Amino acid sequence: MVETPQTEKQMPLKPSRRPYRDVVVAVPVSIAYVRYSIETAHWWIARALKELTERAGIRPTDIDGLSVSSFTLAPDTAVGLTQHLGLTPRWLDNIPMGGASAVVALRRAARAVEAGDATIVACVGGDANQVDSFRKLLSSFSRFAQDASYPYGYGGPNGSFALLTDHYMRAYGATREDFGRICVAQRDNALTYPHAIMKKKLTLDDYMAARAIADPIHLFDCVMPCAGAEAFLVTTEDVAKDLGLPHAKLLSTIERHNAFPDDPIQMRGGWAMDVDELYAMAGCGPDDVDVLETYDDYPVIVMMQFEDLGFCGKGEGPEFVRTHDMTNGGDFPQNTSGGQLSAGQAGAAGGYLGMVEALRQVTGQSLSKPVESACTALVSGFGMINYDRGLCSGAAILQGSGV
Amino acid sequence: MTDPIVPPPKKDPQKVTRPPESPPLQRSRASLKLTAAASRGVFALQVCEACGTVSYPPRDACAGCLSTDIEFRPVDDRGSVIAETVIRTSTDLYFRERTPWRVGMVRLDCGPSIVAHLHGDVAVPGPVRMVAKLDKSGNAVLMALPETESENMADDPEYCELTASPRHRRVLVTSGREAVGQAVAAALSKAGASTVFVGIAESWKPFAGQAKLESIPNVEIMPLDLTDTTSVTELAGEIGGKTDIVVNTADYVRPGGLFGEGGLVTAREAFDVNVFGLQRLAQAFGPGMRGRGADGVNSAAAFVDVLPVHALANTPDFGFYSASAAARNSLLQCLRSEMRPGGVRVMSVFTGPVDDDWRQQVPPPKVAPVQIARAVVAALEEGIEESFVGDVAKDIAQRFLDDPKVLERELGK
Repeated sequence: MVETPQTEKQMPLKPSRRPYRDVVVAVPVSIAYVRYSIETAHWWIARALKELTERAGIRPTDIDGLSVSSFTLAPDTAVGLTQHLGLTPRWLDNIPMGGASAVVALRRAARAVEAGDATIVACVGGDANQVDSFRKLLSSFSRFAQDASYPYGYGGPNGSFALLTDHYMRAYGATREDFGRICVAQRDNALTYPHAIMKKKLTLDDYMAARAIADPIHLFDCVMPCAGAEAFLVTTEDVAKDLGLPHAKLLSTIERHNAFPDDPIQMRGGWAMDVDELYAMAGCGPDDVDVLETYDDYPVIVMMQFEDLGFCGKGEGPEFVRTHDMTNGGDFPQNTSGGQLSAGQAGAAGGYLGMVEALRQVTGQSLSKPVESACTALVSGFGMINYDRGLCSGAAILQGSGV
Repeated sequence: MTDPIVPPPKKDPQKVTRPPESPPLQRSRASLKLTAAASRGVFALQVCEACGTVSYPPRDACAGCLSTDIEFRPVDDRGSVIAETVIRTSTDLYFRERTPWRVGMVRLDCGPSIVAHLHGDVAVPGPVRMVAKLDKSGNAVLMALPETESENMADDPEYCELTASPRHRRVLVTSGREAVGQAVAAALSKAGASTVFVGIAESWKPFAGQAKLESIPNVEIMPLDLTDTTSVTELAGEIGGKTDIVVNTADYVRPGGLFGEGGLVTAREAFDVNVFGLQRLAQAFGPGMRGRGADGVNSAAAFVDVLPVHALANTPDFGFYSASAAARNSLLQCLRSEMRPGGVRVMSVFTGPVDDDWRQQVPPPKVAPVQIARAVVAALEEGIEESFVGDVAKDIAQRFLDDPKVLERELGK
C-alpha cells in the first residue's frame, strides 16, 4: 500500500502567463502535396527549408533554431536531420504531436526566441507517403492502439472517429448533413487554393451519396493521406523587419494533453480547459477572430472546436453550421485553403496546414481567396489518437497587419 | 435475434480454399496477461492495489495514482454501449476479408471505456455484458454481448471467430474403446457435429460400450491406432481434408514411479500413446487443418487434447504417467504456436483422476467421463484454451498458479 501523506500540501497559485514580447511568425511555405511519392520525409523537409531560406533571404546556416515534426523520418529524428541537411542550430526540437505539431512548435519556438536561445527558428512539418506508408504507420502507432484498438476491426482513425461521431450525433442531434456542410464549404475554399489535392466541386448530394467507410463516417468525411511539407519562421519583430518580411504577431497560445480523461468518450478537446486563457492572453474574444483554421481530420472534430473555442456552446455545433457560411467570402471563414479534407493530409504537415494558411491570410500573402480585411486568425491543432481519442490539443492567435 | 448458421454445402473442389489470415498479432506484455485470463475464459482487468482504479487498456502503472502495483483480477462484466460503428474498409487483410465488422464503445460499470467487438443483437445505446476471448491470432479481445441470451446468439459471425463450435463441423475423437472417448463422441454429436469420426484400435476386438457408440447419430467408426504411424497417416489420408476438429482422448494410464519393476517398458508404452501418439496425430492432421483455418462455416477450428492435470506437477504414485503428461503439455504449447497462423485453436482440457480401473486406489473426488465430455464441448463452444475438469484439476491448477514449487512438495509428500 502507498502511504497517504499526513498533510496535503497547498499548491501554489497558478502564476499568470507572461505575454509574448515581440515574437513574430513569417514566411509561410507550402510544398505542393502529392498523393503518392517515392521521395522520403528528408526530401520533403529539405524542400520546405530551401524555400523558407530563399524567400527569407537567409542562408541555411542562419537558421539557429529548428523544430521538426514528421511521422516518417525513422530511424532519424530532428538530430539526424541536422547532419543530413547541413544545419548547425543551437536550439533543436522534435515535436511528435501530429495535428497539434505546428501550434506546439510555435509555442516552444516563441519562448526560445524571446529568451534569446535562438534568433531564427525554422518550424517544419513534412512527411513521405509511399504506397505502403499509411499501413506501416498504423501498425506501429502506439501501444494502446496496438493492444486495444487495432484488433477491433482495424479501421484505423476512421474507426475511432466513427465512434466519436456516432456518439456526438446521438448526444446533440447532429445529422450527416451538418457534417456535410463543413466538408462542402471547405471544398469550395480548396477550389481557390492552387495546392489543394481535391480539384472537383463537392455538393451536399455528392457528400450524402458517398460510400460508407465506417458508419456514420463516409468517404468525404475522410482525409486523403499524401506527401508534402509546410514550414514557417519564428523570430523577433526586429529581425523580420530587417529582412523585410511580412509577419504576424503571436498573441497567445494554449496546449493541453489527455484532457478530460474521465469523459467516457471524447466529446470535447483540451481547448475547453484552456480557452479562457487563450482569449485573455490575446486580449480578444471569439468575435474578434477573422479567420479560423481548425484541425479537420474529420468534420466532427471541427464542430467540437467551434464549441470548445467559444464560437458556440457545447452541443450547438449543428445549429451553428446550419446558420453560418464557412467559405472564404462568408461570415465565418474556416479552413480557408480547404483544410486537410480537401487540401490533403500530409502526415505531420497536416498539423501545419492551418498555421501556414492563417499566416498567409493575415499577412496579405494568400494563395487561396483572401478573406476580406483578415487581421486576426485563430489556429487550432489536434492530434494523436493514442487509443480511443485525440490526446493533444492546442491553439494560437496570430495578428497581422491585415490587407 | 441472429440469423442461424445454415449447414454449408458440399465443398466445390475447383474453388480456391480461402487462405487463413491472422488479426493483428503484436501485443504488449501487460496485454498478454489479459490473454492469459481470457485463455481460461475469465474476464479480468487490471485493478490498482493502492487506489482501486480499474484500468484499460492494459498498462504498467495506475492512471489514478501512478502506483505500479496493479494486478489482473476478475471484475464486474456489466456496462453500457454508448456508440457503435460498422467498419467497412480496413488495411488489415484479416478484417478486410470479414467486413462489415461491428464495433462499439462500452462504458463499463466499474470505470473504463472499452473499444469492443459488438454482437449483432446488442441495441445501442443499451446494457451489455463483456466477455474476454481469444481471437484467431490467440490474443485476448473483448466482446460486448446482449445482457441476456438472444436467439441463435452463438451464430453471430464475430462471435464465431472467437469460438470453435462443433455445430456443422466434422470431428475426430481418437479413442472409441474407452469410456471417455465414447462420452465425448456422444456429447459432440448432441452438440450438432455433422460427423463424429471415432477412432478404434484393433477393431476386430470387441469392447464395452461398442453397441451404444455405434448407435450415436452421425458417428462413423474408423480404424485408428495412435501407436502406429501408418495407421494414423492412412486415416488422415482418408478424412484429413474434412476433419475440422480433432479431440484426442487417448490416455495410457499405469501406476508407478521410477523404481518399480518393468518401469521402463510401461513408461515407453505410455509415452508411445500419450506423447508420440499426440505427435503422430498432430503431424498427420495439423498441416491440413492449418491450411483450412478460414474455410467457411466448417473451417478447421480446433485441436483438443484431454490430458491429466498432473501434466503441471508430478504425482509420484503415477510418476512416469505424469511425466508423459508433462511432455504432452509441452508438445501442445509447441502445436499451439504452429497452428496459430491458421487460426486453429489448440485447447487443453486438463482432468483430475478419471474414475476407471487403473485408478481404483486414488481417493475421490474423481471425474466421470461425461464431465470431460461436457468440458470439451464447452471449451469448443466458448473458445476456452485451458479448462480444468473436476475439483482435483481445479485445485491443482490454482496451486500451480500460486507456486509450482510448493505444489511439487505437496504432491510429493
